[in-house]
Amino acid sequence: MSNITVEELKEQAIQLRQTAVTMVYHAQSGHPGGSLSAADFVTALYFREMNVNPEDPEWADRDRFVLSKGHVAPIQYAALAHRGFVPMETVKTLREYKSPFQGHPDSKKCPGIDISTGSLGQGLSCAVGMALAGKLDEKDYRVFAVIGDGEAQEGQIWEATQSAVKYKLDNLIVFLDDNGLQIDGPTNEIMPNLDLEKKFEAFGFTTKRIDGHSMEEILETLDEVKNVKDGKPKIIVCNTIKGKGVSFMENVVGWHGKAPNEEEYDKAMEELARGLNA
Amino acid sequence: MIVLNKAPYEQKATREAFGDEIAELGKENKDIMVVDADIGGSCKTTKFMNTVPKQHVNVGIAEQNAAGMAAGLSTTGKIPFVSTYAVFGSLRMAEQVRQEVCYPNLNVKIACSHGGLTPANDGGSHQAIEDMGVYRTIPNMRVIMGADYHATRKLVRQAAETYGPVYLRFTRDKVPVIYNENEEFEIGKAKQIKNGNDVAIIANGDTVCLALEAAEILESKGVSVKLLDMHTIKPIDREAIIECTKIGKIVTVEDHNILNGLGSAVSDVVAEEGNTKVRRIGVQDRFGESAPYEKLLEINGITVENIVDTAEGMI
Ligand SMILES: Cc1ncc(C[n+]2csc(CCOP(=O)(O)OP(=O)(O)O)c2C)c(N)n1
Ligand SMILES: [Mg+2]
Repeated sequence: MSNITVEELKEQAIQLRQTAVTMVYHAQSGHPGGSLSAADFVTALYFREMNVNPEDPEWADRDRFVLSKGHVAPIQYAALAHRGFVPMETVKTLREYKSPFQGHPDSKKCPGIDISTGSLGQGLSCAVGMALAGKLDEKDYRVFAVIGDGEAQEGQIWEATQSAVKYKLDNLIVFLDDNGLQIDGPTNEIMPNLDLEKKFEAFGFTTKRIDGHSMEEILETLDEVKNVKDGKPKIIVCNTIKGKGVSFMENVVGWHGKAPNEEEYDKAMEELARGLNA
Repeated sequence: MIVLNKAPYEQKATREAFGDEIAELGKENKDIMVVDADIGGSCKTTKFMNTVPKQHVNVGIAEQNAAGMAAGLSTTGKIPFVSTYAVFGSLRMAEQVRQEVCYPNLNVKIACSHGGLTPANDGGSHQAIEDMGVYRTIPNMRVIMGADYHATRKLVRQAAETYGPVYLRFTRDKVPVIYNENEEFEIGKAKQIKNGNDVAIIANGDTVCLALEAAEILESKGVSVKLLDMHTIKPIDREAIIECTKIGKIVTVEDHNILNGLGSAVSDVVAEEGNTKVRRIGVQDRFGESAPYEKLLEINGITVENIVDTAEGMI
């Protein structure tokens, strides 16, 4: 899908947001905040960058995607539905019995999920394993992982990081959704991360901090890292806003894991239809 | 004779009981502490935090560190309660709790919400079906799940007053308040709800209310039921189980894998002490999935009907 335009991608990101919020509304449970903050880079990955095939989700040479912060499954599910991995009606079944859209991503139940996640801090290690396998098998696929800023407090994140550096996994690209909030409050108050970009740099990653809601910057950065075979894993630290696109959810801790009521839902959809405020 | 509340029952999640009791305990004793891991709101420790802020720490999303810090805190006489969800509080920090809490026998409590299938629509990743089994296997640990709000408050208080490691498990969802608030509970001592001599039903946690309803149906059919609330599965109340072996038929009911939980703990005693058949009702050694809580119970046969049928099938 390399010929898709920036404007089309921006429009697609809005649609994914609408779908994610709709899912959480139908289920009356789920995590809108961190789904909305991750929407733009998830769109860029699924609709331009990643080499995946909805017709053959287990294709051996596909790029891998690991949602290490698995609670924001709605945004990945929205991407999977819009890309045709599952029928569009599936979005009405989030968190229901027998749905491929489990509360947290389940690789046994949903096509396009490369590994089950939900317990924070663990997915990045799995992504490192997939990237290492790619190197060992001399395959060209790349592995994309998404982690949260709260999630970066888990020690295992740093264990995964040092392994990625040791094994020179330049086929691993991590997006860090640095939205500044976790469940109990602002990350700075609950457990200060200090400068995550510098931490990853000190561990040996190639790092860059960008505006995670600028489709232009996301694409430019993906282009920059695309063919770099320098033996270094990459992390793109994204300055984002939790709840981005729905004014009353933006930067509000309480929208981490709460479903909108009917009135809130209508307002959210109406705002999203007007696009992202710059 | 125990006097229970009457249906329709008030409904309350047992995590609320933990939140209310720990706040009281914190006011009474400055050594009581809570170590949170970014889910204090959900685990109901906010009241404690606001009441005695100096006794509260939040280590962020870092459960292993929470367990280790609690161990360190306890070495100076503090009584830390590590608070998180059961799946993380048992499995993620299991080795830290084994090495740094149970092995040195320190005074640390692991207090967890979202026990069993209660985090229903979160799916299998969040449903803790192995937690009590994991902790039952570690020396020095006590393993407890109260059946309702009042039982849980009493047991939380006793855990605070009892030296040594304790694992406490709470429900996310509301469960009926069956006990009177003056009912007393003792760690390691089963609560006999009914005495009878045709069949014994032993339940714990959120399944006690189902077992109670089943027992009432059985009684209405003329079956005499002995019903025990086995809130502590370790140390298990051997005497109470030996009493049940005199009946010779036991049905166990739990919101936990049938492997290594209440059913196994009862069977351990029966195997050594009695010539008795045990039928275990619980999670059928399968992972959970997203569904309403009642549906998950039904899939696993943790229902009033199945308790009745199983008991009738034994007599
Ligand atoms: C090991 C573990 N501990 C706790 C949780 C509960 N939990 C779910 S989301 C969350 C906060 C995540 O914050 P962050 O990583 O910043 O994600 P985002 O802000 O993007 O939603 C927590 C603590 C979990 N899922 N896994
Ligand atoms: Mg965050």
